[in-house]
Amino acid sequence: MEKDKINFSCKALIIGGSAGSLEIILNTLPKIRSSLSFPIIFVLHRKNSADSVLLELLAHKTSMPVKEIEDKLAIEKGTIYLAPPDYHVLIEKENFFSLDVSEKINYSRPSIDVTFDSASKVYNNNLACILLSGASADGVQGLKEVKNKGGLVVVQEPSTAEFPFMPQQAIEENLADHILHPNELISFINSL
Amino acid sequence: MISEEDIDLLLNDVAELYGYDFTLYSKASLTRRLNRLYALDFFPSFAEFRYKVRNDKDYLQRFIEEITVNVTEMFRDPTFYQTLRTEILPMLATNPYIKIWHAGCSTGEEVFSMSILLKELNLLHKSLIYATDINPKVLEKMASGIFPLSSIKQYSENYIASGGTKDFSSYYTAKYDKAIFDSELIKKIVHSTHNLVSDGSFNEFNLILCRNVLIYFDKPLQDRVFTLFDASLAKLGYLCLGTKETLNFSAINVNYQQHKKDKIWRKIK
Repeated sequence: MEKDKINFSCKALIIGGSAGSLEIILNTLPKIRSSLSFPIIFVLHRKNSADSVLLELLAHKTSMPVKEIEDKLAIEKGTIYLAPPDYHVLIEKENFFSLDVSEKINYSRPSIDVTFDSASKVYNNNLACILLSGASADGVQGLKEVKNKGGLVVVQEPSTAEFPFMPQQAIEENLADHILHPNELISFINSL
Repeated sequence: MISEEDIDLLLNDVAELYGYDFTLYSKASLTRRLNRLYALDFFPSFAEFRYKVRNDKDYLQRFIEEITVNVTEMFRDPTFYQTLRTEILPMLATNPYIKIWHAGCSTGEEVFSMSILLKELNLLHKSLIYATDINPKVLEKMASGIFPLSSIKQYSENYIASGGTKDFSSYYTAKYDKAIFDSELIKKIVHSTHNLVSDGSFNEFNLILCRNVLIYFDKPLQDRVFTLFDASLAKLGYLCLGTKETLNFSAINVNYQQHKKDKIWRKIK
């Protein structure tokens, strides 16, 4: 079941998180090497507000460029992208983002499922996804698609999660290639 | 899951048989919508889905309704409406007549928001709002002026956040689970089907709103629509887009000036 990371070539890393995930992200980001050969795309459940506090928070933690995703924005390596509030984020084959304001999925927009699923169709077995703390089941369906396409799935060790439900669901569905502590995430990402 | 080739087949059918061309829509989103409908209607195979679309004219209505996105709200993005209220509409107020086009208006929540703004600014009497959408069903809904009461709490909060000072409930009558909006708000709304993919310019406007519609189009189609808007906008008129959409990469951008950091552009040439 477990996928061998050695033969894995990463074209994109998507990190999905809900309640309890922000602190982990803020602690992890500063220690990520800035020479990544792939983009990191964050899909986080967040309150729908026009302010850009979250974007600024992330930008303060890294020397990599941090961008909130806009319609048709090109996807570049070594860049951090953040899903905007109230939009689903999809990936197009030509390697740019597109947005969608269709119905909420798992009471969420952005929905982690939507981006995992869409990215799996584009990046196939070159996609890595991390699912962090959260109180909803969002992300699990998407991870099934990622696994089907041969992607690499990492789930936060539920006992370390403030809200273990989300990672627990993924583990129960047997989707995780690796179950990691928050401080193991850093070396994992840096080794991709 | 419908394959990419099958999606192309289906879209070509719909374009050839019915004149609705979805081939220039954003693929990722459209694929999701098609798979969603395919699952929702329990088709046993793609062939049966295709057969239904090709041979059942009534089903085509459902097809269009379900693959286009009709999620909208009143005073969506309150800060945008605040800018309209305090900066854009007062500029347009100097015109003897204000013509407004809501392109891709869906069920009309944003159109009614505009009516309310115009009424509060005492401009409704000299305004005309054209509301268009590809889908006749959503236009019927809008024309009824009836919205689900369950959404009103959110709309009311948006209204207040956008700088509204009246009692929002003065604009509608609650009946069972419905909110029936004041007929005065509907009077200045003209609605018609219009397909941004294939239909042309039909009037000249002072203000065009097309928010969260272009995200479903690929770049060549976006450019086509921008050209259409440019041909339909009077000089010194305004074009408003969704919060994550931009005019900056389009060919017509040189004739436009962005209003601060808002997704509002003024035609200056």
